[in-house]
Amino acid sequence: MSSSAAMAAPTEGIYSDEAVRLFSLAAIVWGVVGMLVGVIIAAQLAWPELNFGIPYISYGRLRPLHTNAVIFAFGGCTLFATSYHVVQRTCQTRLFAPRLALFTFIGWQVVILAAAISLPLGYTQGKEYAELEWPIDLLIAVVWVSYAIVFFGTIGIRKVRHIYVANWFFGAFIIAVAVLHIVNSAAIPAGLWKSYSAYSGVQDAMIQWWYGHNAVGFFLTAGFLGIMYYYIPKQAERPVYSYRLSIVHFWALIFTYMWAGPHHLHYTALPDWAQSIGMVFSLVLLAPSWGGMINGIMTLSGAWHKLRDDPILKFLIVSLSFYGMSTFEGPMMSIKTVNALSHYTDWTVGHVHSGALGWVGMISMGALYHLIPRMYGKTAMHSTRAIETHFWVATLGIVLYIAAMWIAGVMQGLMWRAVNPDGTLVYSFVEGVKATFPYYVVRLLGGLLYLSGMLIMAWNVVMTVRSGQAVPAPIPRVAAAHA
Amino acid sequence: MESLYLLIPLSVGLVLLLLAVFGWALQRGQFEDLEREGERILQPDQAHLDAGQGPPPTAHTESSDRANAPD
Repeated sequence: MSSSAAMAAPTEGIYSDEAVRLFSLAAIVWGVVGMLVGVIIAAQLAWPELNFGIPYISYGRLRPLHTNAVIFAFGGCTLFATSYHVVQRTCQTRLFAPRLALFTFIGWQVVILAAAISLPLGYTQGKEYAELEWPIDLLIAVVWVSYAIVFFGTIGIRKVRHIYVANWFFGAFIIAVAVLHIVNSAAIPAGLWKSYSAYSGVQDAMIQWWYGHNAVGFFLTAGFLGIMYYYIPKQAERPVYSYRLSIVHFWALIFTYMWAGPHHLHYTALPDWAQSIGMVFSLVLLAPSWGGMINGIMTLSGAWHKLRDDPILKFLIVSLSFYGMSTFEGPMMSIKTVNALSHYTDWTVGHVHSGALGWVGMISMGALYHLIPRMYGKTAMHSTRAIETHFWVATLGIVLYIAAMWIAGVMQGLMWRAVNPDGTLVYSFVEGVKATFPYYVVRLLGGLLYLSGMLIMAWNVVMTVRSGQAVPAPIPRVAAAHA
Repeated sequence: MESLYLLIPLSVGLVLLLLAVFGWALQRGQFEDLEREGERILQPDQAHLDAGQGPPPTAHTESSDRANAPD
């Protein structure tokens, strides 16, 4: 990294926040785009004719665009921004190789744009959350390795001896996603925009869900727990309830996560024992997850009044309650007998969104509300009332969304399994679809509310950035940090 | 289930790697004096620099610690 050394000289003593600013603003843009596509496909499920017969905007092509946009574009940009911010502040040093960090920004945006073009055109590997074709996969791998160099390089040049717990979570997230992406995306190209998976049949399914569930575990959980362990104490101005428990939380979570994947393949051709292992590991995960949730929420112990006045804290703490809810619901749904009812129904969709909208979305919004004004020389967002409005609109949206999907999912499961005394099915499949219609409409309403909240946030961010300016933040002297 | 021949060694390898990292962290004293580490991120980032002052007076007592700071 000779380029970084050359660049570091004139800016010594200043945090390198350019990539943090770019990624946080990109997160807002992609948040709006990804949630808008989500609302469109929710509407298409209720009224299928809304695809207007155009293949590029049909449900099957827009659905992976939605998941990629919210997870990897909105969530990914949030993770890049916050991890680059947190690792510098807790290590009290500049980013290692700031130019490489800017490359990760450009590279990641190219990946997102390539996804936004190739998915509607119908290019897909057909693997959930890993749809992008092999040329884009290669670019992702290059960007991710660069990200790892910047992050771990910064840890390597830290001026503080102790590595703060948030960095452990970010580090695990970066390493695990690299391994998952490389193993699951292994494919034989058959032309520029076509490839075949290196695995086949149930092998492929097992690799895919090993990837798929660990993507939830490390991308959507470990990464965002890193955010949680820095921004909740900062916003609450109190240390985390038990720092010791946060260390236990980290090691327990990463040691147990890897084998939860088979619960996505209950009652399939996957061997029974592999399914049972997936179920047992999923149940074990309840303990570290709840330990972490309680630790985060109890950070406010003795200062609960702050929750009343500070909408950013509301976002952060309510996100943890959704984390607790979905990490309870998840293990329950992994139990085979429960899964027999819930699998393939909209209950799963509701579960995913209680984690995605409630946990990932709200912790990201809270962290960005804390981070963005500070990146532009201010201490608060343009409008605190708008944050408060955003919080209530988003919360109401989530409640409508997941309640509708719970009811729809259980109803579908019960209708599908209902049999007459003579053994024939009571309901045909389409009767289940018809009965789901009102819940699809309520879900659309919930999604619209959530999107409106995001638009309020975008407005607030524009106003904040326009009236602020990017002020270089000096790094405190090393001695102050008692190395 | 040939995929398990890939996934199981991979998982075992990762667990061994994690154990090594955990051992390293333990050896290097990462987990000593944990509660103070939780509080340190709350120390003001820039206050004393903005005021043009040096580091807080408590800092010099830690200088021996810094000898084995990361290289």
